[in-house]
Amino acid sequence: MTWDANLHAGVTTLAETGNAPLEAARELTYLEAIREALRYELRRDPAVLLLGEDIGVYGGAFKVTQGLIEEFGEQRVIDTPMTELGMIYAAIGMSFQGFRPVVEMQFADFISTGFDAIVQFAATNHYRWGQPVPITIRAPGAGGLRAGPFHSQSNEAWFVHTPGLKVVAPATPADAWGLLVSAIRDPNPVIYYETKYLYRSLKGPVAGGEAGLTPIGVAALRREGEELSIITYGAMVHEAMAVAADLERAGHGIEVLDLRTLKPLDETAILATARKTGKVLIVHEANRTCGVGGEVAALIAERAFESLDGPITRVAAPDTPVPYSPPLEDAHRPDAAKIRAAAQQLLEY
Amino acid sequence: MELPTELLTQAHYWMRLTRALDERGAFLHKQSKIIGGYFSQIGHEAISVAAGLALGPDDVAAPMHRDLGAYLVRGLHPRRILAQFLGRATGVSRGRDANLHGMGDLSLGLIGFISHLPASTGVIAGVAHAFKLKGEPRVAMAFFGDGGASQGLAHEALNWASVFQLPMVVICENNQYAYSTPLARQMRIEHIADRAAGYGMPGVIVDGNDFCAVYEAASQAVERARAGGGPTLIECKTMRMRGHAIHDNMAYVPTELLETWARRDPIARIEALLRERGLLDDAGLAALLERIDRELDEAQAHAEASPYPDPSEVTQGVYAQ
Ligand SMILES: Cc1ncc(C[n+]2csc(CCOP(=O)(O)OP(=O)(O)O)c2C)c(N)n1
Ligand SMILES: [Mg+2]
Repeated sequence: MTWDANLHAGVTTLAETGNAPLEAARELTYLEAIREALRYELRRDPAVLLLGEDIGVYGGAFKVTQGLIEEFGEQRVIDTPMTELGMIYAAIGMSFQGFRPVVEMQFADFISTGFDAIVQFAATNHYRWGQPVPITIRAPGAGGLRAGPFHSQSNEAWFVHTPGLKVVAPATPADAWGLLVSAIRDPNPVIYYETKYLYRSLKGPVAGGEAGLTPIGVAALRREGEELSIITYGAMVHEAMAVAADLERAGHGIEVLDLRTLKPLDETAILATARKTGKVLIVHEANRTCGVGGEVAALIAERAFESLDGPITRVAAPDTPVPYSPPLEDAHRPDAAKIRAAAQQLLEY
Repeated sequence: MELPTELLTQAHYWMRLTRALDERGAFLHKQSKIIGGYFSQIGHEAISVAAGLALGPDDVAAPMHRDLGAYLVRGLHPRRILAQFLGRATGVSRGRDANLHGMGDLSLGLIGFISHLPASTGVIAGVAHAFKLKGEPRVAMAFFGDGGASQGLAHEALNWASVFQLPMVVICENNQYAYSTPLARQMRIEHIADRAAGYGMPGVIVDGNDFCAVYEAASQAVERARAGGGPTLIECKTMRMRGHAIHDNMAYVPTELLETWARRDPIARIEALLRERGLLDDAGLAALLERIDRELDEAQAHAEASPYPDPSEVTQGVYAQ
């Protein structure tokens, strides 16, 4: 995958909203951006600490936390027993005593083992007795890596449906950095979906510093166009950008909105693009039924119906587990070809 | 070890207050002023009060639905508790959470529990972990039942506490039943404390209806935890003397079992001890009960005079700002 300069457009605009001087932008991979965001917050705030399986000496299953235990010690980069449930509950308890734990799921798939702690305890606590739960859970998700049903899941919708949580899904190194720092500072539990597929395949500029924060709840318009809007997030942003570039050569103006935050949704940006083009194509790697796309579609149907010139359309994975064998996974996972076909159909509507 | 006079008289007050508040709540439930679930405390007063008293003011506890005494001992006022039961804006959770759930107030070192047992045990492990990381001489205490003991989290949290040698005390309230399920359907072992060996921590068994026994075990465990000696699992043997909740007539519990345990009532036990040591007589008891009654009248009046939460606030407070 190659870096598309357009991807950075939204982020540059955001950087202008910051107060602090912009540190020299660096070229980082998506994975390095996550690591550097962790390092930045660990250095800045002694309350920040990391919890996870194999994240210390080993540096994490994907080496995201490599080098951090050497810099911050085992009191702040904590290798835990193999218990997602125990880990997330412990993070909640630590947060009650002033810490801001960042918990690594080895894969997003294993977050189900910690489900109760997230959706029952962390998500409800502030509403019930007023005590905030400032924890961040990093969930390396999504597919395309031939990793099979239990290492490829895009299960973000479970949490988008849960009041009290915030859910983010960066698509670029700049947002991987900026959203992680924002998540750690947020006083609420935030699930941070990082896309394994982009870890080393995507490199891009990362502003770093206070000006490089990406606010939670703000989508980024990656590309402007008049005829059709593609609304997406995560790795699919890049597939959508490829389709948009391709269709532009055929004379079509395609707008691409990168949601970046899945909860709360940036309703203003979603409605603005829907009203502008009148044709909406929603794309996600997660399976279709009750996915984030369903909520985006409902929002547009409720609030921008009069602007629509065609059916709100979804490209999503079918409702099956994520299969392993390459031809099966390719059939399962949305990609530029599938998005292009759907876009073409909608353009012709 | 002979416990000091003042501690015993104090404990007696808290245990009597716990029972009286519990009975007051049951009465309000009968009057349909409290609606929904209501959990009885009868039989558990020695455990919750003794465990609560074993903690210091800066320690943190996560009591559960049979631990009303621990909330009281840590300073949660009956006014706020009755207002909570009545769903009022002045209740601990401001009408958001039901009965004893969600009665959290960190200024009192209290964590509000969720229904999912034994969730608080995991949270308490994190609190204890924070104390250890900060090098603070504080202790965190968890409570769970014989039913909660069957959940994976009981294992995960105890193991965690031991691996990290956390300043944590776990009070297991083995009251023979989890709703209608008897102990034998919960586990094949007789003592839950035996599991402590599997985690590499001490497991202690005490008579949960004997205030002195629970207090001594809990204080020792708290001391040990505070001194850096790691966690302890204390199993308190007791009996749930009412149904699981107020709707449940517990027809499934053999009468003889209840009769046996009725003779071991924790309040009768501490009162016998106080009388034996010349610290209580009929007049003293009558005066204490009257004082408690007055306190609860006042608390109830406050709770009933309190407003319900404003329905226009229903969507507020989901997120911290
Ligand atoms: C995870 C979970 N499953 C089911 C329930 C419903 N439930 C509430 S209390 C209870 C029994 C609890 O028994 P125990 O832990 O022994 O506590 P006790 O009520 O006896 O004090 C059950 C099954 C629950 N609260 N949590
Ligand atoms: Mg029980």
